[in-house]
Amino acid sequence: MRRLFWIGLLALGFAASSSAGAFSPGNVECIAPANPGGGWDFTCRTVGKLLYDLKLVPRPVKVTNMPGGGGGVAFAHVVTKRKGDANLLVAASPATTLRLAQGKYGHFTENDVRWLAALGADFGVIAVRADAPWKTLDDLIADLKKDPGKIAFGGGSAVGGQDHMKVLLLAKAAGIDPKKIKYVPFSGGGEALTSLLGGFVQVFPGDASETIEQMKAGKIRILAVLSEERLEALPDVPTAWELGYDAVWAVWRGFYMPPGVPDDAYDWWVATMKKVADSPEWAEIRAGRGLAPFFKGGAEFEAFIKQQVKDFRELSRSLGLIK
Amino acid sequence: MDVLSQLAHGFEIALTPLNLGLALAGAFLGTLIGALPGIGPVNGVAILIPIAYALKLPPESALILLAGVYYGAEYGGRISSILLNVPGDAGAVITTLDGYPMAQKGKAGEALALSALASFIGGTLAVIGLTLFAPLLAEWAIRFGPAEYFALMVFAFTTLSSLAGRNPAKALAASVFGLMLATVGLDPGSGLPRFTFGQLKLYDGVDFLIVAIGLFAISEVLVLMEKSHLGEAARMRVETTLVPLKTFLASLWSILRGAVIGFFIGVLPGAGASIASAVAYTTEKRLVDREGSFGQGDPRGVAAPEAANNAAAGGAMVPMLTLGVPGSGTTAVLLGALMMFNVTPGPLIFKERPEVVWGLIASMYIGNLMLLVLNLPLVGLFARILTIPRWFLIPAIAGLSFVGVYAVNNSAFDLLFMTGIGVWGYLMRKFGFPLAPMILGLVLGRLMEVNLRRALAISGGDWEILFASPIAQVLWVLALVSLLFPWLVGRFARAR
Repeated sequence: MRRLFWIGLLALGFAASSSAGAFSPGNVECIAPANPGGGWDFTCRTVGKLLYDLKLVPRPVKVTNMPGGGGGVAFAHVVTKRKGDANLLVAASPATTLRLAQGKYGHFTENDVRWLAALGADFGVIAVRADAPWKTLDDLIADLKKDPGKIAFGGGSAVGGQDHMKVLLLAKAAGIDPKKIKYVPFSGGGEALTSLLGGFVQVFPGDASETIEQMKAGKIRILAVLSEERLEALPDVPTAWELGYDAVWAVWRGFYMPPGVPDDAYDWWVATMKKVADSPEWAEIRAGRGLAPFFKGGAEFEAFIKQQVKDFRELSRSLGLIK
Repeated sequence: MDVLSQLAHGFEIALTPLNLGLALAGAFLGTLIGALPGIGPVNGVAILIPIAYALKLPPESALILLAGVYYGAEYGGRISSILLNVPGDAGAVITTLDGYPMAQKGKAGEALALSALASFIGGTLAVIGLTLFAPLLAEWAIRFGPAEYFALMVFAFTTLSSLAGRNPAKALAASVFGLMLATVGLDPGSGLPRFTFGQLKLYDGVDFLIVAIGLFAISEVLVLMEKSHLGEAARMRVETTLVPLKTFLASLWSILRGAVIGFFIGVLPGAGASIASAVAYTTEKRLVDREGSFGQGDPRGVAAPEAANNAAAGGAMVPMLTLGVPGSGTTAVLLGALMMFNVTPGPLIFKERPEVVWGLIASMYIGNLMLLVLNLPLVGLFARILTIPRWFLIPAIAGLSFVGVYAVNNSAFDLLFMTGIGVWGYLMRKFGFPLAPMILGLVLGRLMEVNLRRALAISGGDWEILFASPIAQVLWVLALVSLLFPWLVGRFARAR
């Protein structure tokens, strides 16, 4: 009996020493902090699938939907209950940082988790119906300056959410009082788009991925993209930036991990996400979904997030959304 | 004729052995998923997406499998509604109102078979509507703005009064409970939390399905326990005969009306299967319930909502395929799945990927037929669930409800909430309050509020916007008629 015990201990020792220093993933789980069908769900499912397809993880990634509080329920769960779990990824986007900045996750802050990486980015757009009187962004801005109450912006997020922020950012850049802007919140980009097509709202501050197909079908016109450079998928659409409005809205798609994840595991994940981002398979999915290349990982991503939360907090304060 | 040749091409795709097998598998899995309380079509489809990937299916085959799960679940939801008074999914809540009393009277087999037929007719009519009129319907759907949705919800609310039964005051109170629950969550206008008590889990509002399962299933468990404790638990008589032709013919008009109502409401992206089945049910009650037998196990009260919720599932495909906009929670997931298969949904999908669209449409005809063939022979088996002894059935219902609700959000909070609602539901029953108005108050209250506030945000606070469009005006007139209907009928009867 005793000998068996020592042999067992020895075997365990070997197993431990062979894995020490190099993290190896086990049963990886990805939490999508929303119901199936949205952007976070997409992030988890596609990247999860690629991780397995590219043989970077040994078993298929389990996707868990944990909706509630705009991601707050998942954030609280990860911080309080999953500390140190190196096999857990959580999908994130500017919706996460924006809510953190506005204090919508209770007492939790951006410093409570480990930010892993972003793998691609969608960009905000300013879209109107194909038969709208505005041919350019300048036309729209000129009319907005005359009478902001006449033009209704219908977006897919709540007041203070991403689509609302895009409009406020643009108004601020154009020297229009953001408080005079009329914003109508819909439950999701699809409903907002339907309302634009029906003529109930005049402008849809959505994302490029939601609007490209509608533009190809001749139903809507995209006046400007809220990016620094023109998008591959929309080479003829000017950026707000080049038209002289300092309004950029990058909807990056990425992940955070629980607090207390050991550095070796964290570094392994950063390198792995880089491999995913560089793979031709990801390039194809990314393009199909209308996402532009956008990779930030590890320390660079951590710094980017902290800066973004800071910027969002100042912006929300200056727009009167938070005190 | 173009449509027919396209459809023929679609059948060529759908009738390959692989796609036929997938449609059958999807329909079967969907029935099971729908029958389990909690897990509905949304989760069912989401669970199967990775499997569809792993099998390396071409996009049209994957979509056929996933869509099979979707309408299979709409079929399956009725089973636990009828047998156990536990709605299997959101669209099946209304089916409990007459389905469960039918089963209690020993007509479980009849209720199951009739509802399967109604589901088949509703589903098939919806696919025919989708085939012939999809682009036209899409034009209609985008004419519904916030003001029109608000008027629609008001109309639906007025039809609720027909659920009042013997005690209108109690029914009114029950619907106010629902409206009160609907105010929990982030304020749709300002984004500030209301009645959330600092609980992040309440920020998105109260989940309709959790309330439905708590209110019906948990309270049912409590009632059953009370009865067995008092020794009232008589062994139930179960007939597993199928529908007599007479009953079917008597319900045929209810089925057809239910299908039409369900389809049109399903096409609207801002309404869904639960509203469709409620409006279909209350309309039938108004139109044909002369003896007051609705709510006591009237076959028509099972047939109409089942036809409606299946037709709504078909209707929800219209905005998904023509506009690239989801018509329901489940079609949102289907859209996501399409994108992962590198099919970009949108207004051009009919032109760019006809094989996907027409393969799907053809498979819906086949899938509906399969579901009928699959469901009818199983009626006897399902009905026999009722012969399970109480000491086993009660914990089984409770267990299924807990597992189902936990599986949706992985949240223990939901379980506590469901239990609380269950106790509340038990008290409501004891004091003679009807349960259905509370559920519908919850669904309608939320939609009424967001749409009213959107409409007023657009108009800058001018109430005239609510009555501005012809669609809204028609709906307001319908609401008025619905409200005055009992009085008008009374006058008419006396005049004769």
